[in-house]
Amino acid sequence: MIINHPLLGPRDASEFTYIGDASLIDRPDWQAETAAKDFYEYQYLRDNPAGLHQELWFHESGDRSWLVVTRNTLTHEITDVQLARDVARARGRSK
Amino acid sequence: MRYSGLRVIKEALTGHKGWTPAWRDPEPQPHYDYVIIGGGGHGLATAYYLAKEFGQKKIAVLEKGWIGGGNVGRNTTIIRSNYMLDGNIPFYEFSLKLWEGLEQDFNYNAMVSQRGVLNLVHTDAQRDAFIRRGNAMMLNGADAEFLTTRQIKERYPYINTSNARFPIKGGLAQHRGGTVRHDAVAWGYARGADSRGVDIIQNCEVTGFRRENGKVVGVETSRGYIGAGKVGCAVAGSSSRLMSKVDMRLPMESHVLQAFVSEGLKPVMPGVVTFGAGHFYCSQSDKGGLVFGGDIDGYNTYAQRGNLPVVEDVCEGGMAIFPAFGRARLLRMWGGVMDMSMDGSPIIDRTHIDGLYFNGGWCYGGFKATPASGFCFAHLLAKDTPHPAAKAYRFDRFEKGLVIDEKGVGAQPNLH
Repeated sequence: MIINHPLLGPRDASEFTYIGDASLIDRPDWQAETAAKDFYEYQYLRDNPAGLHQELWFHESGDRSWLVVTRNTLTHEITDVQLARDVARARGRSK
Repeated sequence: MRYSGLRVIKEALTGHKGWTPAWRDPEPQPHYDYVIIGGGGHGLATAYYLAKEFGQKKIAVLEKGWIGGGNVGRNTTIIRSNYMLDGNIPFYEFSLKLWEGLEQDFNYNAMVSQRGVLNLVHTDAQRDAFIRRGNAMMLNGADAEFLTTRQIKERYPYINTSNARFPIKGGLAQHRGGTVRHDAVAWGYARGADSRGVDIIQNCEVTGFRRENGKVVGVETSRGYIGAGKVGCAVAGSSSRLMSKVDMRLPMESHVLQAFVSEGLKPVMPGVVTFGAGHFYCSQSDKGGLVFGGDIDGYNTYAQRGNLPVVEDVCEGGMAIFPAFGRARLLRMWGGVMDMSMDGSPIIDRTHIDGLYFNGGWCYGGFKATPASGFCFAHLLAKDTPHPAAKAYRFDRFEKGLVIDEKGVGAQPNLH
């Protein structure tokens, strides 16, 4: 698979490590009353869809940036790649 | 029809005209006491033991394609019980004991071959860890023996023990481990279940569940509605897709594991060798092909194929310890979809919905578990209480912090 890095252009997927569903960006609030349940769901439960999947890839052998890759889990086709930083900022996060 | 050596001779003398189909092709009935979704090894074994051991009637196995067309037909056929943790080792040892009696039990030649499984070690720390594992195995009634490099060389004279990065310092052997003819497992269980009245319904995809008063009462399928007293799901890599139909999110991801077969060679590998540090393991099939594999590709996928970097990685691992195999040509490769759980261990449990039971999360170790998985799932379905060997495989172990993390890598499925 080739991942089209927003800054570096097309890079081989073997330069990256994979951590999973991009929902991991949204860490729950540890002070919420439902924190125990929220963290259980955050840590362990996954949608695991057959089809489009937003996921986190780390450019370990490159510029060490985190990317949010939108990839089809039925065909391995990658349709969108963004810096995870930009995705988080777009959701109102400071970094 | 009972199979036997005498039968083979009789048929040979009479032109092989007496053989009958090994299982029927029935039309689905409107209602069953038990509906098992998934006609793979685990689903068929569940139906078989439900009928045989627990005396249940009116059982159907629903399969969206043909039986044995999933992971039971696309694995590397290894059986073993070299686990260490309390929740795992009694279960896998139970499974190995069932393998040992399986062919007589279901009257089918599954070619169970206890040719031994050897895990290589490369450092002092790894030797300590493997000896500890071997002790845990023996405490649980499994067999284990630590072999020196010289003993390994006697069995595998061509093994490269002096690789610069991973010199071989010994290995943990389980002599009762080995290989089984994987397709025959599915066919044997199917035939055994069918002969006890189980309806095996192929080309029947489950598209939804029907619920009344919070209880599952049947399944919608591509061949119409089928009512059910209890529904058991055993669909491996498709677990998340199926359970999403009742809005369940599972603690698992689907990943692809690739496997490979070389061209046929003369007998060269007497047993199974695993080179965990190099992501490679290998055995030789009775037809002569080297059957080998390595790690999962490492990203979510439902495509039954992987990518080339892992092919290269696996073959490099093989070359590191078996340089002679570099002359063998690759004949086939394939990928299977694994339901990788968050702690690397499976789930056999009731769901929060009455009448709905789940069996999955087998990661890439489901084949060796087939008999015990079927037996324990049948026990759960028939008695509503977990079998003692599988009582740790609960849904709520993640929330309660009771994970069974054999590898100790945490909640990251692509590392298990």
